[in-house]
Amino acid sequence: MPLIKIRDLHFYRGNRAIFEGVNIDIYQGKITAIMGPSGTGKTTLLRLIGGQLRPDRGTIEVDGQNVHKLSHSDLYALRKRMGMLFQSGALLTDLTVFDNVAFPLREHTKLPESMIHDLVLMKLQSVGLRNARDLMPSELSGGMARRVALARAVTLDPMMIMYDEPFTGQDPISMGTLVNLIHRMNDAMDLTSVIVSHDVAETAEIADYIYLLSAGKVIEKGSPVQLKRSSSQWVQQFMQGLPDGPVPFHYPGDTLEDDLFSQKVST
Amino acid sequence: MIDAIRSLGRWGLSVFERLGRGHLFLFDTLKGVPELFLRFSLVTQQLFSVGVLSVFLILISGLFVGMVLGLQGYNTLVDFGAEESLGVMVSLSLVRELGPVVCALLFAGRAGSALTAEIGLMKSTEQLSGMEMMAVDPMRRVIAPRFLAGFISMPLLAALFSAVGIFGGFLVGHGLLGVDDGAFWSQMQVKTDWYDDVLNGVIKSIVFGFVVTWIALFEGYDATPTSEGVGRATTRTVVHSAFAILGLDFMLTALMFGEE
Ligand SMILES: Nc1ncnc2c1ncn2[C@@H]1O[C@H](COP(=O)(O)OP(=O)(O)OP(=O)(O)O)[C@@H](O)[C@H]1O
Ligand SMILES: [Mg+2]
Repeated sequence: MPLIKIRDLHFYRGNRAIFEGVNIDIYQGKITAIMGPSGTGKTTLLRLIGGQLRPDRGTIEVDGQNVHKLSHSDLYALRKRMGMLFQSGALLTDLTVFDNVAFPLREHTKLPESMIHDLVLMKLQSVGLRNARDLMPSELSGGMARRVALARAVTLDPMMIMYDEPFTGQDPISMGTLVNLIHRMNDAMDLTSVIVSHDVAETAEIADYIYLLSAGKVIEKGSPVQLKRSSSQWVQQFMQGLPDGPVPFHYPGDTLEDDLFSQKVST
Repeated sequence: MIDAIRSLGRWGLSVFERLGRGHLFLFDTLKGVPELFLRFSLVTQQLFSVGVLSVFLILISGLFVGMVLGLQGYNTLVDFGAEESLGVMVSLSLVRELGPVVCALLFAGRAGSALTAEIGLMKSTEQLSGMEMMAVDPMRRVIAPRFLAGFISMPLLAALFSAVGIFGGFLVGHGLLGVDDGAFWSQMQVKTDWYDDVLNGVIKSIVFGFVVTWIALFEGYDATPTSEGVGRATTRTVVHSAFAILGLDFMLTALMFGEE
């Protein structure tokens, strides 16, 4: 029984289909990666799972509950058990690093301040930023901000975490540490992890299962080894990052020829 | 032609849609207010940034408005030999009209625009979404405390404005123009009715505080999450608040002082 079960998901932005019939299963205790070209809707997918967006058709179940049928308070109760790392970090800009990480604890628990202090420092230690605790978010680099956000996402010890591009903007050393950390946390805390990422090598290294999305559909799924051996040209191009191949680089619409031609006519 | 009608229709629809969203937003905000009394520190912080930080502006403006009233009023009253009534004139103008209205306009410019910009920025930097995903409802955690703080601050600021204004009028009237201070104060006390004047003024300032804070928070919450969108929302807050204040002021005045 998967922890997250997505069935026949349809989602539209205006007339543009972002998802057309996506089925995804995410299993308890595993690291599942969602990959795909920029703009395919990976962030949108995470927001749908978190109940911030509503699907136009289809269902998303998390831990047996249909996310979009829950009452406000049940949805919030479920979210306490979901961690999410935003692509931008989404730190609260008027709070220090320490207070940001302490924020979920202060909102949701009645722990004494001394215990919050220790818990927060432990979480910050694990992302290597214990000594940055008094900085304001505006004083952090993008990569540091994302690590603080990661520490914050796990303070409530959720059952699952969704990472939106955790590796972007990390130098090779913190990248390695992060990959390790995500892997370790998944095993040690019995987390279920969903990683959205472009970093094929790092993601393939720790993912148990990978879904490749493109043009609103699941193009391919399987373990990293299976995907690397896939015979599909599309998969090969994406996994190896080749510039030429069936993966479209351009936002869908008129072809370049059409555009150039129509402009000549109008002038 | 058809296009013009069509865009008029679309404009009308979007106006009503926004109005609807605004009222739902208000409803959600008010739902979050009762539980704030259990965690009043959230409101206290906002009382500081919404209220206390506006005090300086309000004091200075109130003083000058009162001084101008003193000067202008004296020039008119002296022709009728009624300069003793300067105190009444100053206090009635301030308590009934200028206190609530000018203070609300200043409040919209100072605190309202800051609220819109703050909420809009929190939205565009995904801080509000981030809170939602941490199972913290931004309506309760961010919006409701600011709403309550604005609602509390505005009448207090208006009272300060009127008080300082009356003092400004006194400074000019007595200090500069030599109106008798006993007459100034005593006529004021006799002619300014606690119920008809002061209380009605307070009601006005409460209504304005409610509306301005609501507009400011809604504009921020509803802003297009880009820097340009937040900028436009801030402008809208000031413009819409001004319309709302002046329109409501006319209606309230008609209701309160109309049948005298
Ligand atoms: N608020 C919005 N309004 C309209 N369209 C949007 C909005 N947000 C995203 N989109 C569209 O939805 C599509 C998917 O966006 P999304 O952010 O999910 O992509 P992504 O896969 O996360 O891309 P990236 O890898 O670059 O982060 C994009 O093509 C974008 O144009
Ligand atoms: Mg994204």
